Amino acid sequence: MAYRPARPNLASEEPQHLSRGKVGISCLIITESFFFVCFIVAYLYYVVILQVEDGGPDPVELFRGDIMVYIASVTLLSSSVTVVLASRALARGAHDKFRSWLAITLLLGGFFLFATILEWMHLIGDLGMWLDTSTLGTCFFSLVGFHALHVVIGLTALSLCLLISFMGRLPEQQAERFEVLSWYWHFVDVVWLFVFTTVYILRVYT
Amino acid sequence: MTVLPRTSTAKPEPSRPGVLERVHEWVVTIDHKRLGILYISAGILFFLVGGIEAGVIRYQLAYAANPTIDPVTFNQMFTMHGTTMVFLVGMPVLLGFGNYLTPLMIGTRDMAFPRLNAWGFWVFLFGGLLLYYSFIGSSGLYGAPGAPDVGWFAYSPLTTRAFNRGNNVDYWTLGILVSGFGSMATGINLVVTILCLRCKGMKLMRMPIMVWSMLVTGFLVMIALPVLTAAQVMLLFDRFLGAHFFDPQLEGSVLLWQHLFWFFGHPEVYILIIPAFGFISEIIPVFSRKVIFGYTMMVVALVWIAFQSMGVWAHHMFAVGLPPSLNAFFAASTFLIAVPTGIKIFNWIGTIWGGRIIYKTPMLFALGFVGMFVIGGLTGIMLATVPFDWDVSDSYFVVGHFHYVLFGGTLFAIFGAIYYWFPKMSGKMLSEKLGKLHFWVLFIGFNLTFAPMHVSGMLGMPRRIYTYAPDRGLDIWNLLSSIGYGVQFIAILIFVWNILHSLRKGEDAGDDPWDAWTLEWATTSPPKSWNFNPLPVVKSRRPLWDAKHPEDPDHEYE
Amino acid sequence: MAEENADRTVARSWLLLVVVTVLVGLVGFVAIFILGAQITEHDPTETFFEASDVFVQPDAEWNTTIFVSKSPETREIRRLTWLVVLISVGIFVVVEGLLVFAMIRYRRKNAETTGEPVQMYGSNPVELAWTVIPILIVVTLCLATVRTIHSVQPTAGERPENSLTVEVIGHRWWWEFRIPEYDVVTANELVVPVQRPIWLELGSADVIHSFWVPELQGKMDAIPVKTNYWQFTADEVGTYLGQCAEYCGTQHANMLIRIDVKDEADFKTWATNQALPAPNETTPSAVNGRKVFLEYACQNCHGVAGLSDGNFAPDLTHLMSRTLIAGGMLPNTIDNLKAWVENPQAIKPGCDMPALQLSKSEIEDVVSFLATLK
Repeated sequence: MAYRPARPNLASEEPQHLSRGKVGISCLIITESFFFVCFIVAYLYYVVILQVEDGGPDPVELFRGDIMVYIASVTLLSSSVTVVLASRALARGAHDKFRSWLAITLLLGGFFLFATILEWMHLIGDLGMWLDTSTLGTCFFSLVGFHALHVVIGLTALSLCLLISFMGRLPEQQAERFEVLSWYWHFVDVVWLFVFTTVYILRVYT
Repeated sequence: MTVLPRTSTAKPEPSRPGVLERVHEWVVTIDHKRLGILYISAGILFFLVGGIEAGVIRYQLAYAANPTIDPVTFNQMFTMHGTTMVFLVGMPVLLGFGNYLTPLMIGTRDMAFPRLNAWGFWVFLFGGLLLYYSFIGSSGLYGAPGAPDVGWFAYSPLTTRAFNRGNNVDYWTLGILVSGFGSMATGINLVVTILCLRCKGMKLMRMPIMVWSMLVTGFLVMIALPVLTAAQVMLLFDRFLGAHFFDPQLEGSVLLWQHLFWFFGHPEVYILIIPAFGFISEIIPVFSRKVIFGYTMMVVALVWIAFQSMGVWAHHMFAVGLPPSLNAFFAASTFLIAVPTGIKIFNWIGTIWGGRIIYKTPMLFALGFVGMFVIGGLTGIMLATVPFDWDVSDSYFVVGHFHYVLFGGTLFAIFGAIYYWFPKMSGKMLSEKLGKLHFWVLFIGFNLTFAPMHVSGMLGMPRRIYTYAPDRGLDIWNLLSSIGYGVQFIAILIFVWNILHSLRKGEDAGDDPWDAWTLEWATTSPPKSWNFNPLPVVKSRRPLWDAKHPEDPDHEYE
Repeated sequence: MAEENADRTVARSWLLLVVVTVLVGLVGFVAIFILGAQITEHDPTETFFEASDVFVQPDAEWNTTIFVSKSPETREIRRLTWLVVLISVGIFVVVEGLLVFAMIRYRRKNAETTGEPVQMYGSNPVELAWTVIPILIVVTLCLATVRTIHSVQPTAGERPENSLTVEVIGHRWWWEFRIPEYDVVTANELVVPVQRPIWLELGSADVIHSFWVPELQGKMDAIPVKTNYWQFTADEVGTYLGQCAEYCGTQHANMLIRIDVKDEADFKTWATNQALPAPNETTPSAVNGRKVFLEYACQNCHGVAGLSDGNFAPDLTHLMSRTLIAGGMLPNTIDNLKAWVENPQAIKPGCDMPALQLSKSEIEDVVSFLATLK
């Protein structure tokens, strides 16, 4: 099967109606959502519905009045706005604006991650909680941990974009690719809304 | 050297490349056709291995109180057989055909993400090899190596550390987890390809049913596989980090695993059958010389099945003591899913009705599929009847049922597809004589193996037992099943010989050996690496019919 | 072209006629069957299967077939089963009949034939017919199923007044039965009174098992940390067999169940005897055997009332009242006991009982001690 046909004339072909990148990232988001749904279901089942008592800390005492997590949530959600601004700036070709908005996005996302680290240091270091200490630990660390992992992935990708932009290799023709990445970042934020509601609201205030 | 899409400047090579270079070409390829062939070939190799495992099972059960195989080995065999056939044979072969055919059928050059496609294949392959490495690499309780022995649905708490002290379960989890990533990548790729890359004029409602079935399968993979991944991650957390998800001694719930697994598991069954529906919907019209009957209803039925397949999972759990109302709900939803399936079967019969049927090997397999799938579907309806399920769930009746669906269904369709599209893939025809022999021997062997299983199940034989007492009336049925295995084994040998022989000495196929109507037959056999030049433009569901019958084109009737 | 269209219309009407006739016939068949089942309590079909010795072997020692019903619950289930089986057979005959008919009638008779047959793109009335009629059949099945589920499956609060409670606990790979009312603890073999509702409370000590005695009741899983309720009433005195039906590990195949249904008086005798402590035999061998039993690991797992209270393994207080040992693998004879104590792994590989490397005389003594446990 060693055939080498001449390269067809691709330029003459019909442009596609739907963007591969956007449809692809939407599919990835659907897939990832179902992954998160499982961990949310596990949390709801054990902690919110069954309210398993196995000697572990009580989530109501643990999470009620935790101001830090509200501040962190607001920062993460506002980073969704800044990433849109960055994306629009890039599409217009305003590269400096793009870089500033992207840097702000990174800072906001970084702050969220920092807040998570602080919380985990408190839970693990001070209270001795971990996946194996109680059902709450199991559900909490796996759910919040997987979200944090997605934040890390998103931040890494966004930082790469910033780096590439500083190298001058992110022209406005690539704006759609950046927009695709920003959709992923929105997804990370929207998942947090669900995680936040599940972990910090449902059991704690009902 | 490989041909990169869009940017390649490859020139015709002066001489035929050496063996090493050709292997290298296949390893680094990102051409959807080569990846499709790789998927199918890897699937067939795993199929042979899984078939040998089935042979060990049938040998041990051939007569009562057979002392040959020890229980641990037996348990490993049925676990590996099930896991292999579902994850390493069914999915890759079906997705491989999807990979090969989808771009050709919608008139485009490649999949939407060719590199992701290659990644998906290699991840799947190494996931499978990781699973099989457990035979030598896993350390069991007394240092004995061994494959997983927890059954293909690996019910908790059998998989907790307390009851499984080696790490064979970890091989099961990681192997399937890794190959699952490959499947998800391919699922997403199929959906994006179909939504974004259709050629001019190829509206959604003009796509061949095969492409529709791949679209639906892609969506199901996207939705079902992450649930299995999540469950397996939880299991890994339980086993390595001491998490409490599934361990009942630590307030975990063993039923959570079952719910998650079957939420994946039932759509998975449809992932394995919907592409088969697609193959059949292509083969039957061509060999009946008639257009598919009720195209719109066929599409509606596919989408209906896909949606509903996500609401029937607990019919695998009728005996776990769910509340009666839940049992009733899942019985009702399971009955209802029979309706779109029935529509499809009636529409296939409607397609051959009034046709001029040509009995070539692909058609034999396609009609065999319809006949056998009806049986599997009907025993499925019986099993949805909760009280009857209390009688026969987890018995050989269930084993018989799902083999009628997945062997008489999916595998017959796969063989049909291989006979139908092999000429396109290789440029050579498979031998008709051997093909017909293959079909009839397999058909007889298949029924001889799996029909008696319904009886042994109703006589009280649970599945997954490695031995049974001689005075239970089970002997004769099991002996028949084991003889049937031998017959099937011969059929598979004929098949393998047919492939090897035809690759060397088969007749040349030409571009369109079956006088068919979909776009893949409009290009050369095998297709050039750019598929079409220029890209086709279609006006109806059967572009080649339009070309062959300009006086009565299809688009006047759609 | 007009001619072609006319051909299409004719073909479609002819298909519609066949489909509607056949499907309406099927619905009629179902309706007649349901009416018939309402009128006669006892299915004629059931008699047919019971009379056939393929499905029911009159002389088999081991009848576990679902074709024999020995309790009201199984009769209820099987009435529904026959309805479903017959509907399925009806659909099978119709669909495969249509398929085979079309395959023969519409084969290409002459390889030289050129030109294509009339193209039929679909037909709304035909397709509507084969959507709506299956829905009707499905609704029928659904109603029948829901009714039977509710009449057979008990829930926690529905324990009948006069019932006998039996706690069933699955172990790898044997069954523990407890009857709190009579203070009975036994293994693998259960004796219950005839014609009295038996209320089962199923649980597990380790992994998931499933309790299945086909002639008395369908299966229900025994799950750790969850209690399932199940119920049956045996019609007749006799022995009923079954086994674990959910894969539970290495020896899943050898986890058998034996239920002896006796009349009320015999049951009471048995239960009273089971509740007694172990007799205190004084033959020298049995005394030695008891010493071995207490000195080696035996007593850690096996309970003998008044002597040891291990409960990881079957209670041995009345071992000799059982007919089988090793989870139902072997007849309970002195020789088998000796072989078992000497090396259980040779008989039931993977089971939790180790070979304790006892000397010949120790084995003799232990078994003669066990033989006193009547």
